[in-house]
Amino acid sequence: MSERLYGILLDSFWKILLPGLKMTIPLSAISFSLAMVIAVVMALIQFANIRILKHLARFYIWVIRGTPLLVQLYVIFFGLPGIGIVLDPFLSAVIVFSINEGAYGAEIIRAALESVPKGQMEAGYCVGMSYLQIMRRIVLPQALRTAFPSLSNSLIAMVKDTSLAANITVTEMFMATQRIVARTYEPLALYCEVGLIYLMFSTILTKLQRVGEKKLDFYGYQGGKS
Amino acid sequence: MIEVKGIRKSFGSTEVLKGVDLYVEKGDVIAILGPSGSGKTTFLRCMNFLETADEGSMTFDKETYNLGHISKKDIGKIRRKTAFVFQNFNLFLNKTALENVTEGLIVARKMKRSQAEAMGKRALDKVGLSDRYYHYPHELSGGQQQRVAIARALAAEPEIIYFDEPTSALDPELIGEVLEVMRDLAGEGMTMLVVTHEINFARNVSTKVIFMEEGRILEEGKAQDFFENPKEERTRDFLRLVSREQTKAGI
Repeated sequence: MSERLYGILLDSFWKILLPGLKMTIPLSAISFSLAMVIAVVMALIQFANIRILKHLARFYIWVIRGTPLLVQLYVIFFGLPGIGIVLDPFLSAVIVFSINEGAYGAEIIRAALESVPKGQMEAGYCVGMSYLQIMRRIVLPQALRTAFPSLSNSLIAMVKDTSLAANITVTEMFMATQRIVARTYEPLALYCEVGLIYLMFSTILTKLQRVGEKKLDFYGYQGGKS
Repeated sequence: MIEVKGIRKSFGSTEVLKGVDLYVEKGDVIAILGPSGSGKTTFLRCMNFLETADEGSMTFDKETYNLGHISKKDIGKIRRKTAFVFQNFNLFLNKTALENVTEGLIVARKMKRSQAEAMGKRALDKVGLSDRYYHYPHELSGGQQQRVAIARALAAEPEIIYFDEPTSALDPELIGEVLEVMRDLAGEGMTMLVVTHEINFARNVSTKVIFMEEGRILEEGKAQDFFENPKEERTRDFLRLVSREQTKAGI
């Protein structure tokens, strides 16, 4: 490796990592948290079979899962100004990522809710608990344990997908890299470098997932009896 | 104490209960026998509104309810006086044995945690699980899980406990410990309605036996009369068959 290239890579490492810490991580964290709120609400609406809301939830999931994330970003950031709604790039990205992930998360959580044995609900009724009490204290905690690996997966996917926000001028890691490439003409090395940084983030999240799964295992989810 | 009349229930076009009447007095231990598919479990589930009956009436502590049109409030009111023990235990999987017992007391009955825990521990002691307070269901044997379920039922001090085939999901060597707990309860005068295949339990512990077939009560009587002197041909066939099976299985 030439000394020049080595210098560029070393120098750019911090210039890429810094927007990663300042943009990619907050963008992912905020969007994913909001997405989980949306996902739980949408899943519960479907699980509880609330009539009109259920159709709205299905419609939302249908539209969001059926259209590309990039198109959704463009609609919000470049499209909405056409009707007078101008949003800041970061805010646009948060809105799109949380709404997008909310739709996928809703399906994961709904499936997990359905996998909780029906007897849990019945036992709750028999000790006098209300539907909401049973959901909050018995069914939802068990469902979230089941959904945890899939949701962790989604989080990792989202961290990588935030690179798409470069398209709407959010200066996250990928856009930072593009700028350095434009200056130094070293696309291969630099895009590989940013790829490695994404890989680093994903690796940390995967490790965290393992720890989380162990922690949540206190009631023997893996034991799987009855 | 409880009287139900004319309970009917259909699933789709299949009529599972075709008018069941039952009178329960305080302190009764009633065993419900019958071949599978006879509607015993459905009947028991209707008693606690896990299924809604299509028709029928229930008088509970002198108040009469129309089972076809009962309000959520009335259901809650009746459920507070009853408890249910399931075939598959249905312990809350994410709660310890003690939490399983206290959950309903704290959440539904708004009892103070300290008081609920004292009651919960007493109930677990009673079923012989004083060394298992903090174990999760997956750490307990089937027999222990069912005893926790009985403790959970007891803790709320119900007027009646419904048992839905409480030993059917257990390994043969674990059945005894559960039946023993139930026998103790019966001895203390707890009112119980027990769907069971345990002929010996029905014979030795229950005060009254009901034989159901095809959604109806075919025969009922005092336990002794029922076993020594069954009136109906079908009852005799059933008893012969079941006792032969259970002797074979060594129960």
